Amino acid sequence: MATYRELLAQVREEIEEIGAAEARERQGEALFLDVREREEWEEGVVPGAIHIPRGQLESRIEGLVPDHSREIVLYCSGGSRSAFAAKSLGDLGYGNVTNMTGGFTDWKRSGFEIETPRSLTPDQRRRYSRHLLIPEVGDAGQERLLASRVLLIGAGGLGSPSSLYLAAAGVGTLGIVDADVVDDSNLQRQIVHSTDRLGEPKVESAKRTLEALNPDVEVKTFEERLTSENVERILGEGWDVIVDGADNFPTRYLVNDASVWHRIPVVHGSIYRFEGQVTVFNPPEGPCYRCLFPTPPPPELAPSCAEGGVLGVLPGIVGSLQANEALKLLLDIGDTLQGRLLLFDALGTTLDEVAVKRDPTCPVCGEHPTITEYVDYVEFCAGARG
Amino acid sequence: MTKVRIPPTLRNEVGGEREVIGEGETVREVLEDVAGRYPALEAQLFDGGSLAPFVNVYLGGEDVRTLDGLETRVNGSALILLPAMAGGC
Repeated sequence: MATYRELLAQVREEIEEIGAAEARERQGEALFLDVREREEWEEGVVPGAIHIPRGQLESRIEGLVPDHSREIVLYCSGGSRSAFAAKSLGDLGYGNVTNMTGGFTDWKRSGFEIETPRSLTPDQRRRYSRHLLIPEVGDAGQERLLASRVLLIGAGGLGSPSSLYLAAAGVGTLGIVDADVVDDSNLQRQIVHSTDRLGEPKVESAKRTLEALNPDVEVKTFEERLTSENVERILGEGWDVIVDGADNFPTRYLVNDASVWHRIPVVHGSIYRFEGQVTVFNPPEGPCYRCLFPTPPPPELAPSCAEGGVLGVLPGIVGSLQANEALKLLLDIGDTLQGRLLLFDALGTTLDEVAVKRDPTCPVCGEHPTITEYVDYVEFCAGARG
Repeated sequence: MTKVRIPPTLRNEVGGEREVIGEGETVREVLEDVAGRYPALEAQLFDGGSLAPFVNVYLGGEDVRTLDGLETRVNGSALILLPAMAGGC
């Protein structure tokens, strides 16, 4: 039976090893993998390193690094734990693994750059534990969400579920624009509000619900209708994503033009009766709202839910899809609905998809834009037939 | 024979149907066939001889404006009529 020392020596003969100086030269190409414990990690890391504690290495590595040929530089504090880790990765089929001898201690002593990761509090670690377990989110993703800012247009049917899920997910700052007060006809679907909030401004009601759900979230309220006059002030606060759940065409076109000029991606959702539409507008990579609908429909073709009705659960589904798209945009993961319009039919329970292409002649995001400043959007939409 | 999916905002024009059938070789022929039977639909779909600018028509998931417009030949896929919806309510 071998002693620890003998076993370590044996393992080191089977793996590749480099010193801190040589490891530093591989920065940018190799993936640095820190196998220390959390408390050690929090005190400083090699910039860009990912973290898997040694005890979880085998179970988590394939989720985080699916490519078995990826060049990996492993380190711990002094180089011993990472030596065993390197052997283990080799056994798992990772073919380009190197151990950094001397570990983080040597790295730091050599005066090489380190960074101190922002870290979640124990409360946050419990609250977001189901996110932290997903490789695509993890600690870095959760911290990114907490630092993110999403502006919601409307705290109604779509804004209710999307704001609730974004708040629950820990999106650190949510802005909400809505001029209405809570009405009893809203409560069949607008689940961010409640009966005891009747008559209260929707933005205040939503703020109370969302901040009670998650105290990590700061809700900024804009108790006003989005207009050409206030849009620069509101967007000027800086947002990573806009979730558009407006209830009228003038606001839709205004949100579009402003977001194109501010380069903010928009997660678009709209609903009527049993049917919903969801997509992501993100020029110049993808189309904008005007590429999809260059001309607003005449009023008789554009009844609101107040005129035509809506199944209460429909905004729950469509608004949740919007929250999903927003989270992916914030985390930069997966494939968004950019370039695709998703059509949901609640009666048939069907999802269809149609392609949405950038229009090179689009007056706002096209090659030669003809609309370069805010227009009178009410008049623009009223004149649809003309 | 081509299935034409009717959006909720145009269903009154076709007696409440969610889907109707049109005959023809091109998008124009199919839509004109349907509009012939449901005259109220015609005013909402066509503007002069062209598609009304506020109605999108998709064949096999592609906007016919990015194909050959109304002259696009149908291919067995359903046609989807899709006007913009504003509601977030």
